[in-house]
Amino acid sequence: MDAAVEGQAEAKLHGSAIMAAIKASGVQFILSVPDIVTSAGLLRPIARDPDFRLVRVCKEDECIGIASGLSYYDQRALILIQYTGFLDSINAIRAVAVEYRQPICMMIGLLGHEPERAPTQSGRYGVRIMEPILDAMGIAHDLIGQDADVPRIKPAIDKAYAQSLPVAFLIGRRPLAP
Amino acid sequence: MMKRDECFRILARHVTDEIVVASYSSAAEWNEVNPRVRNYFSVGAMGLASSHGLGLALGRPTQRVLVLDGDGSLLMNLGSLVTIGAAAPRNLVHFVCHNGTYEANGSHPLPNPDVDFSSIAKAAGYAQCHQFSELAAFEQRIGQVLGQDGPVFATLKVERSKPLTYDYPTLYAPEKRDALRAMLRAG
Repeated sequence: MDAAVEGQAEAKLHGSAIMAAIKASGVQFILSVPDIVTSAGLLRPIARDPDFRLVRVCKEDECIGIASGLSYYDQRALILIQYTGFLDSINAIRAVAVEYRQPICMMIGLLGHEPERAPTQSGRYGVRIMEPILDAMGIAHDLIGQDADVPRIKPAIDKAYAQSLPVAFLIGRRPLAP
Repeated sequence: MMKRDECFRILARHVTDEIVVASYSSAAEWNEVNPRVRNYFSVGAMGLASSHGLGLALGRPTQRVLVLDGDGSLLMNLGSLVTIGAAAPRNLVHFVCHNGTYEANGSHPLPNPDVDFSSIAKAAGYAQCHQFSELAAFEQRIGQVLGQDGPVFATLKVERSKPLTYDYPTLYAPEKRDALRAMLRAG
């Protein structure tokens, strides 16, 4: 095993670090349909954390409307979903987030993604098309695959709200539970 | 059965500082009856009016929010009834204008034009559910309905009042969103 591969194998992503970044971003509302990638490391601890207000929704596109409504009072929200839910919600994202320029912040679990590969090189078709779709829609995105990526979350959320634009964080490996 | 515009004119007499979220035919007709800054039409996709309304209600519990949904729209987001029932915003009143058709898309019938929305909302957890099909009863009770602790749901059994003009660029104009945002952020 060469050093690069060994380093990737040892990479860790801690849910506690992501939660701290979300809090630092001023996000109170978490809007979610459960995603197995982020279930143990993020959604369960978020559900127990009194600093967050978790709204469990039935279908992911509901989150787009709720986050838009909240933004009218400067209330920040993070949408925590699986990539399948993102794909299912594309029309709502197209209209509300992109055409209406609303600050819609999405954290998207890449179910089946192999952390040692770039998402565009994934063996999973649905994962492979995520970044090209985001690019085609003009939505800023960031791969969060290890703790070293986490410091990019707060500036991206701040920018989304400052400029009233959407942003997507792609969670490339299962975050470790706190 | 009520004419939707007559129904909205009665409703407008009771609306003060509420945010009114409306979709498609309801938005076009409400905008004619009661154009105002606190109208919110940029719901973006069929079915999302109730979700926008939930966000507006959760964001400021002292601000009352009315949703004027369409029946075809609500069928595309029935799960939002369960989400709203669970989130239980006391400041949300959710109306559905039930005419049994996809009016904005050619007036084709719903899969089941007689679907009972109020019963579904009750089962989903709304605190208060109503149904109105006569203007006199609606006029008599609307004040009470608007004052109830929510989430409140009310089916309005309506028929088309007239052929509508769907001026979407005007309804969804960015200036409308900016004006509402500025008003709400000012308090």
